Amino acid sequence: MTAQIITLTINGLQVSGLASETILQVARENNLPIPTLCFLEGLSTQGSCRLCMVEVAGSPKPQPACVTLIQEGMEISTHTEQLLHYRRKIIELLFSERNHVCAVCVSNGHCELQDLAREHGVDHIDFPYRYPAMTVDASHSRFVLDHNRCILCTRCVRVCGEIEGAHTWDVKNRGIRSLIVADFDTPWGSSTTCTGCGKCVHVCPTGALSEKGKSVAEMLKKRPSLPYLVANRTLEH
Amino acid sequence: MKKLRLATLWLDGCSGCHMSLLDMDERLLDLAASIDFVYSPLVDVKTFPETVDVTCIEGAVSSAEDEHKLRTVRERTALLIALGDCAVTGNVPAMRNSCGIGQVMTTVYCKREALNPQIPATGLPTLHDQALPLHSFVKVDLFIPGCPPSADTLFSALTALIEGRAADLRLNTRFGA
Amino acid sequence: MPREELKQSGERQRQFLNGFAHHILVCTGLGCLHNDEIIRALGEVIATQGLEHHILVRKVGCMGLCALGPMVLILPEEISYQSVHPRDAAEIIAALGKEPVQRLLLPPNLPFFSRQQKNVLALSGRIDPENIDDYLAVGGYNAAITALTEMRPGDIVRQIQESGLRGRGGAGYPTGLKWSTVAKAPGSQKHVVCNADEGDPGAFMDRSVLESTPHSVLEGMIIAAYAVGASNGYIYVRAEYPLAVKRLKLAIREAKRHNLLGHAICGAAFDLNLEIRLGAGAFVCGEETALIESIEGRRGIPRPRPPYPAEHGLWGHPTLINNVETFANIPLIIERGAAWFANLGTEKSKGTKVFALTGKIKHTGLIEVPMGTTLREIVFEIGGGIPGGHTFKAIQTGGPSGGCIPAEHLDTPVSYESLNELGSIMGSGGMIVIDETTSMVEIVRYFMQFCMDESCGKCNPCRVGTAQIHGLLDKFCNRTATEADLATLEMLCQLVKNTSLCGLGQSAPNPVLSTLRYFRQEYLDRIVDPAPPHLENQP
Repeated sequence: MTAQIITLTINGLQVSGLASETILQVARENNLPIPTLCFLEGLSTQGSCRLCMVEVAGSPKPQPACVTLIQEGMEISTHTEQLLHYRRKIIELLFSERNHVCAVCVSNGHCELQDLAREHGVDHIDFPYRYPAMTVDASHSRFVLDHNRCILCTRCVRVCGEIEGAHTWDVKNRGIRSLIVADFDTPWGSSTTCTGCGKCVHVCPTGALSEKGKSVAEMLKKRPSLPYLVANRTLEH
Repeated sequence: MKKLRLATLWLDGCSGCHMSLLDMDERLLDLAASIDFVYSPLVDVKTFPETVDVTCIEGAVSSAEDEHKLRTVRERTALLIALGDCAVTGNVPAMRNSCGIGQVMTTVYCKREALNPQIPATGLPTLHDQALPLHSFVKVDLFIPGCPPSADTLFSALTALIEGRAADLRLNTRFGA
Repeated sequence: MPREELKQSGERQRQFLNGFAHHILVCTGLGCLHNDEIIRALGEVIATQGLEHHILVRKVGCMGLCALGPMVLILPEEISYQSVHPRDAAEIIAALGKEPVQRLLLPPNLPFFSRQQKNVLALSGRIDPENIDDYLAVGGYNAAITALTEMRPGDIVRQIQESGLRGRGGAGYPTGLKWSTVAKAPGSQKHVVCNADEGDPGAFMDRSVLESTPHSVLEGMIIAAYAVGASNGYIYVRAEYPLAVKRLKLAIREAKRHNLLGHAICGAAFDLNLEIRLGAGAFVCGEETALIESIEGRRGIPRPRPPYPAEHGLWGHPTLINNVETFANIPLIIERGAAWFANLGTEKSKGTKVFALTGKIKHTGLIEVPMGTTLREIVFEIGGGIPGGHTFKAIQTGGPSGGCIPAEHLDTPVSYESLNELGSIMGSGGMIVIDETTSMVEIVRYFMQFCMDESCGKCNPCRVGTAQIHGLLDKFCNRTATEADLATLEMLCQLVKNTSLCGLGQSAPNPVLSTLRYFRQEYLDRIVDPAPPHLENQP
């Protein structure tokens, strides 16, 4: 079977890709950055953070670049005023949702949410903070789960299910009450499925999952070079 | 040239942002040429002047007193700056918001106190239920996040203000910086 | 069971029914109270008077006028009694064949009934939903037998396309087009799914159809499965509808017994297995991709579309998902022809539509009218207007994600397009009438609370955005909102509408947006002036 080659324009630049590629893949191949948060190469895509939304000429609403396949003749804009506004507001919504206190966070300085805020000029949060009472699960011998810092991107859920094959993590409740839980909502330390591999910790974009004993700004994650993610990428191709 | 009338105010914060101001070191002397420090915890003025060009406020709004100060300062200030994460986001003082004021008071005055544990009846400020950022109460003209924002950041911000470039200011700072 | 035997079954039932001088039909919908007691009381009176061979008491489905329930219908005289109590049994039986009981009599020619045009609901309240022979006796399953034995799948798809039928679940997607996509999609295994996860507050169309004529839905599904080449089917029904579930289970069992489901249906080279899947109470599972996840046994959260279920649905197979009312329309179109259906309704919205009328309206209940009927006719003629001397303020169509339409647009003919233009949606057909005593801001907060509670939490704009919108509406309700809050509210609504992943989030701001459009003053009235700053010397 010969792969179908498709040509399209992104921000006025003519680019080409395979019919099986997403807008995000083609954009990144061409050094046209699109911000993402739930997306992590090597894991399944779910299009939930809505930061990678791009405008496609002829489509009334923006489309998520991470799950939208390219089509012949598409005209895509990745950084219109409207999109930048949406992205800023979505970042603000995330900050308002739980208790993100960067100054005392283990991931301060190494956090994807924090970086996105800076890149998008989010210097304050217009929405009222919700200040929910969230718990910290420190029952695991090596790791900590701090719900205050979780943005529900479900990277941990996916890496655990798709790569480690343990499916320790999942989401309970729905809507604003959603929570990441281990097994059937047991303390992480008493999970019977967790292998202690730490993959979830390293794919977590914020300080929600961290190694025990790390203090403010000490939790450096090995994300870009994680071998299992790279391997999974190759498998998909 | 008319000097910029600058004030700073310290609400519920650790004073780290004011330390950052001092951290500008000898650059303070350069600023002094174009800035009049009209009110600040760092200078010996007792009353807040009627008109001020720029006020930098450190700290979150945690009590009735804080709110009163903030509203007065807003009235008398042309350009209000939220200085540092506590003023911009609530930051550490706001960490009590999710558990409620009652729990904070008992933890501090009763659970940690072996002898005569009780919440003092007098001498405590009237705390608001929540510690909140400045823009929950008044209009804020410029936000400088950071915990604390670095001396360099403050220097570039103040220089820009003196030179009238506040509108297109792009500071190299972030939450928790 | 071969075609002839089915016909004989129907004929036998017809003869049995014709053997009685009077039929007393008692509504046994979930909404009508005491109906079991009424049936028992009637039975006792009949037994004591020895009239068992003269009078037949039949339990039937919903008669529609729930406000005056429980309803009892006397055949062949076509006399309707309202608000019947078990103690009325003797009187009703004594009056048979004589002057009807005046104090229970429903006024004849009530516009509620005379202005309706019942197709989907034609048999509702007329046949016993728990007896397949009752359905066969009135020509039930004829359409399915005709389709399976005399028509090619392509002909059926074409007929549905020509009829102009559009999905009755809310979005109004052309049914024939959906069928043809599934029919053409490559794959040896295909599925049909009936979406009976009716979750809108104030909507009970699908429940009523399932409770009253479950076989009409099965028949529609059989025809659909044959037309698109599916051999597997699921009815995804919410567990909160126990009576509908019970009757569906019975209907499936009876249909299997009559070889209308299962292997080589009616002798045709066509198999279909139908199963029921119970929803566990998540509104979002009415969204088709979340429904698929749920049937597959996972958390009911939506997937990004495309790929659409028509190509990549249950377990990756092409899947046809239609709503209860859509399926119930199918046998009628096959029986009476595409042209008959296409002649009903407006240019782009064909056929009749079932609506659930609730709220501040006299005749609460279930109605069916041709598309293009005006809201005024629905509210004031069929619905009988607003009770208690109150005045009409707005009508909310389309459930929690619909919009509120004010009095000045009452003359709008109801269609998918006209409701969209007014900032609302057809939705599944819930209509909630609001009078002047209700604050629009408060009712909108209720709808937003619903969307916030029912958001699945997968995508950020819907999960956090609906919570923030709800918080802002709280401020308007408490009269602590500012002008800045109004601007934030409008901005957030656009954000959630344009960036949410699925239909729930994309339509959640509709009640806010439509009331900002028509009732903006109510928001403005709740804005507080900024507190006067008290200047003092000392900060």
